[in-house]
Amino acid sequence: MHTDSPIIETEHLTRRFGDFTAVDNISFDVARGEIFGFLGANGAGKTTAIKMLIGLLLPTSGTASVAGYDVFTQPEQIKRNIGYMSQNFSLYNDLTVAENIQFYGGIYGLRDDEIARKTGELLELLQLTGVRDRLIRDLPVGWKQKLAFSTAIIHEPKIVFLDEPTGGVDPVTRRQFWDMIYEAAERGTTVFVTTHYMDEAEYCNRVSIMVNGKISALDTPAGLKTQLKASDMNEVFVKLARGGGGV
Amino acid sequence: MNAVTAQNLTKAYGSETALNALNFEVREGELFGFIGPDGAGKTSLFRILTSLLLPDSGQAKVLGLDVVADYRELRRWYGYMPGKFSLYQDLSVEENLHFFADIFGTSVEENYDSIKDIYRQIEPFRTRRAADLSGGMKQKLALCCALIHRPRILFLDEPTTGVDAVSRVEFWDMLKRLQANGLTIIVSTPYMEEASQCDRIALLDGGTILETDTPEGVSKRFDHPLYAMKADRQYQLLKALRMYAFTRSVYSFGEYLHYTDIRSDFRPEWLREDLAMLEFDQIEIKPVAPGVEDRLMELMEAG
Repeated sequence: MHTDSPIIETEHLTRRFGDFTAVDNISFDVARGEIFGFLGANGAGKTTAIKMLIGLLLPTSGTASVAGYDVFTQPEQIKRNIGYMSQNFSLYNDLTVAENIQFYGGIYGLRDDEIARKTGELLELLQLTGVRDRLIRDLPVGWKQKLAFSTAIIHEPKIVFLDEPTGGVDPVTRRQFWDMIYEAAERGTTVFVTTHYMDEAEYCNRVSIMVNGKISALDTPAGLKTQLKASDMNEVFVKLARGGGGV
Repeated sequence: MNAVTAQNLTKAYGSETALNALNFEVREGELFGFIGPDGAGKTSLFRILTSLLLPDSGQAKVLGLDVVADYRELRRWYGYMPGKFSLYQDLSVEENLHFFADIFGTSVEENYDSIKDIYRQIEPFRTRRAADLSGGMKQKLALCCALIHRPRILFLDEPTTGVDAVSRVEFWDMLKRLQANGLTIIVSTPYMEEASQCDRIALLDGGTILETDTPEGVSKRFDHPLYAMKADRQYQLLKALRMYAFTRSVYSFGEYLHYTDIRSDFRPEWLREDLAMLEFDQIEIKPVAPGVEDRLMELMEAG
């Protein structure tokens, strides 16, 4: 599973805004099929880094490739070949459940027959067939979340970016969402995820922690706990983010 | 005296019940938490208690004042930090603060000592527009604006949602200091680990209070022997235990799974043997004390 070339490769990736360096010379790889946790305090540079990786923001310097495409020269190819789910779920409130699925199938370039097939499959899988014609605004947040994830991977991308996907949902729904993440990973989809829930950091294969624009640690959860002599990931995070020092 | 009393407080939006006959009391000087997910009714409840929304039926008193009949008087005495950032993005830090002091007929100078511990941390940025502040700084400014008229009770609706783990710890430290000065604080949060910071909590789900007690009291009501377990393949272990004939409940809990068994004479060795047959390796099973999250999930599954 991890024998191919990395699906994300960055070298000295840097982004400045005026005299402020938001992302400062980060170099890391993400292996194919990995669940990769991208952690950091608010303002550490996570959002800027993700925007560069998904082709929405040009880096100032360094190199990066995502799913085999260069972030400088091929941002449009990147956008077509990744999935992305934002913390706001980015579904259309004024469209129905089925219309949202069809919309995302359309913008990701699926053929009409594929869209029809996928719509049926997803409604069945998510047990939303009974509410296919309900407006998104009327759905409970847990359902929206599962639907948002499913539409983000409707075109079967090799990698999906999840930006705080579990904010605000109840503990049972949050765990059901992680089941979906595991299942996607088992099918070979790479999952790149940010979260403020430190128990979720434990569910990742590897975790990086950004502090002041730099990646100050990157390892398996077990490795990080050993390195920092911490009993859980919360302690790892607090030690790194507060101390500001790297490992 | 109680700082808040609610009796049969009910609110519906069309056919959707937001709050279903809530009854609770918050004591003066208490740090009281409403714990529950999005859609549980936290925001509707806070808006009723702050007189910004009318209940359909039932009664609530805050500081002895009726939230419907005495709303004008009540509004002088509480501070409210809504879940959505509601300061003026185009005003600077200090302009926001002066604005809120003005509308309460007071001044920043008069009340500076009541906010100075928090305000000092954002004072270096006092001329920056609120829109350009980081999440943590916005949160501190919003708290200052909610405190500038010296309220006697503070309502904080999900103040830490989307805030990183370090800033959350700092925020709760601030709340503890405010409470030590005599303020009653009512706070809501979706983060279970924050429940332990409160004197008492109410678990809210689907507009109903499932349970009200101290965090320790809530945890203790989980009265099944609970085990933390892990093995070499954690997700496979979770799936295997969901299929296992004797599983009562199993959930991921960070590094471990939390497991309860239906057999009253259960011994961990039995499970270890069964798992070894399924070729799991490095199996660890140990008793663990239940927490608020274990209890909430048990109640949600039962409901």
